[in-house]
Amino acid sequence: MNKIFWLLLVVLGLTAPAYIYPVFVMQLMCFALFAAALNLLLGYVGILSFGHAALFGGAAYITGHVVKVWGFPPLPGILTGALFAAALGYGMGLLAIRRRGIYFTMITLALAQLVYFLALQLPFTGGENGLQDIPRGHLFGFLDLNQSLVMYYTVFAIFMIGLLIIYRAIHSPFGQVLMAIRENEARALSLGYDVDRFKLLAFVISAGLAGLAGATKAIVFQFASLTDVHWQTSGEVVLMTLLGGMGTLFGPIVGAITVVALQHELATLGTWVQVVIGLIFIACVLVFRRGIVGELARLLKIRSV
Amino acid sequence: MMHASLDLFLAQGMLGLNNGVFYAMLSLGLAIIFGLLNVINFAHGALYMLGAFIALIGYSYFGAWIGVPGFHLNFWAALIVVPLIVGCFGILIERTLLRWLYRFDPIYSLLLTFGVALVIQGLFSNYFNMSGTPYPGQPESLRGIVNLGFMYFPKYRLFVIVFSIVICALTWLFIERTRLGSYLRAAAEKPDLVKAFGINVPRMITLTFGFGTALAGLAGLLAAPIYSVSPLMGADLIIVVFAVVVIGGMGSIMGAIVTGLALGLIEGAMKVVYAPASNTVIFILMAVVLLVRPSGLFGRQGE
Repeated sequence: MNKIFWLLLVVLGLTAPAYIYPVFVMQLMCFALFAAALNLLLGYVGILSFGHAALFGGAAYITGHVVKVWGFPPLPGILTGALFAAALGYGMGLLAIRRRGIYFTMITLALAQLVYFLALQLPFTGGENGLQDIPRGHLFGFLDLNQSLVMYYTVFAIFMIGLLIIYRAIHSPFGQVLMAIRENEARALSLGYDVDRFKLLAFVISAGLAGLAGATKAIVFQFASLTDVHWQTSGEVVLMTLLGGMGTLFGPIVGAITVVALQHELATLGTWVQVVIGLIFIACVLVFRRGIVGELARLLKIRSV
Repeated sequence: MMHASLDLFLAQGMLGLNNGVFYAMLSLGLAIIFGLLNVINFAHGALYMLGAFIALIGYSYFGAWIGVPGFHLNFWAALIVVPLIVGCFGILIERTLLRWLYRFDPIYSLLLTFGVALVIQGLFSNYFNMSGTPYPGQPESLRGIVNLGFMYFPKYRLFVIVFSIVICALTWLFIERTRLGSYLRAAAEKPDLVKAFGINVPRMITLTFGFGTALAGLAGLLAAPIYSVSPLMGADLIIVVFAVVVIGGMGSIMGAIVTGLALGLIEGAMKVVYAPASNTVIFILMAVVLLVRPSGLFGRQGE
């Protein structure tokens, strides 16, 4: 079953520009990778970060700055952003994993707000306007990313690499320990696993991938803004994971597609979008805790998705 | 020169204390709810905003809606009405939504209340100006300024500081010194045992949630004449209050109050020392506290 999902993903990804507006699909892939990164924590370690926008948006700002001001080529620029997010994630994780459960969530949220204020006040971020006109540049020096399809397939490649990293992490002894921590933390600890170190490493990987998504988004849309680091973005990515199905590999992708598509469809409704998103949140939590992919898998009796 | 800067400190300290009483009231409500329900109410900021809006609507719009344009819900009446309405709304949320989630991971309750917050905020964003509407209902007797010796301070703000501290103190007395309060503390420790003694714990949970949210509504009403009433007024505030809660730890009621007031003062002092850091100082303090004393200043170890 897993193979069918992968195949579907690759075929859809390769052919999508033929029938869907490529920029929209690129946005989808950035958010899907972002949600998949969050899911590595929420779905597999069982810890909810409400501060992932700081990593996503932080990377977007750093990539934007090094590409625009320091003249980095796009790929090193994106990698710089992702590495920055991983380092930021190391700091955030180090503090947040000192507390468990709901406290962890509140700490990540508060630390992300700190990053938000920094993004608002630091001299290089452009304050309320954000960073604009980030050049897309040339991939490997000769592929012009201003051509829509070149940009598209670059994003697709980054998305697939990110997803494979997550797949690899989950299906490894490391991933097994993470799930053990999710199921019974005290027991994992008593078996001799350094639970905090595993959590921290998972947080850093998740942060790096969220950063990869944010950095790529900055290159695609050529700007980084305060919205990227705002708590509302953190909330949206949590919703994507929840709605798609946390703890499933493909859930966050389905969730991201649903939420981003919904936002496009409802864009004319203005602030009603927020009401709709809030209602979906409530419905998901009350009656739909497995999410779309989780419920489907249960109906079709599939064990691993 | 020394004297002038001391005055400046005191002046900013008073303004900081003004923010501090809001932190204290909101974190107090969160702590009471958390103690019994093990739920962090993400909608607390939205309910604070709701309190301010009920006051505004009651004063400026409600009369026209019911066809009596001369009607204004005056401030003193609002002091009773607003917490009642917001508290009832809280009870409604607890009865219809939250109670289905007690047997699951507390993360779900947090996400549920986040959803509720988005809905409330979204609804008000549709009908009201995002940049804020002034609340004109400040009572005549609280207008003007008083001379505190080191500064001239708005009478109303002084009232808010005193009134909020009194409310916090009464809440503390109620929980620590009355029979009903002792039931509450007992139910927070061992709900099953308290149930076995024939005390209706589910009803206590409902009323506690109602009381905590009523405090948020009251804070919103008190804030209405100071800050302009806007749909997002609670959203950013609640994140600061979360940091306050992490710093204080949720172990004690007094801890929540004291931490809230103290952080307001520190924030105010920061405005004098290095103004650009004034809105981040609480988050930085939170990081420091996590490094030094992870369970919070008043928290119990192992939480």
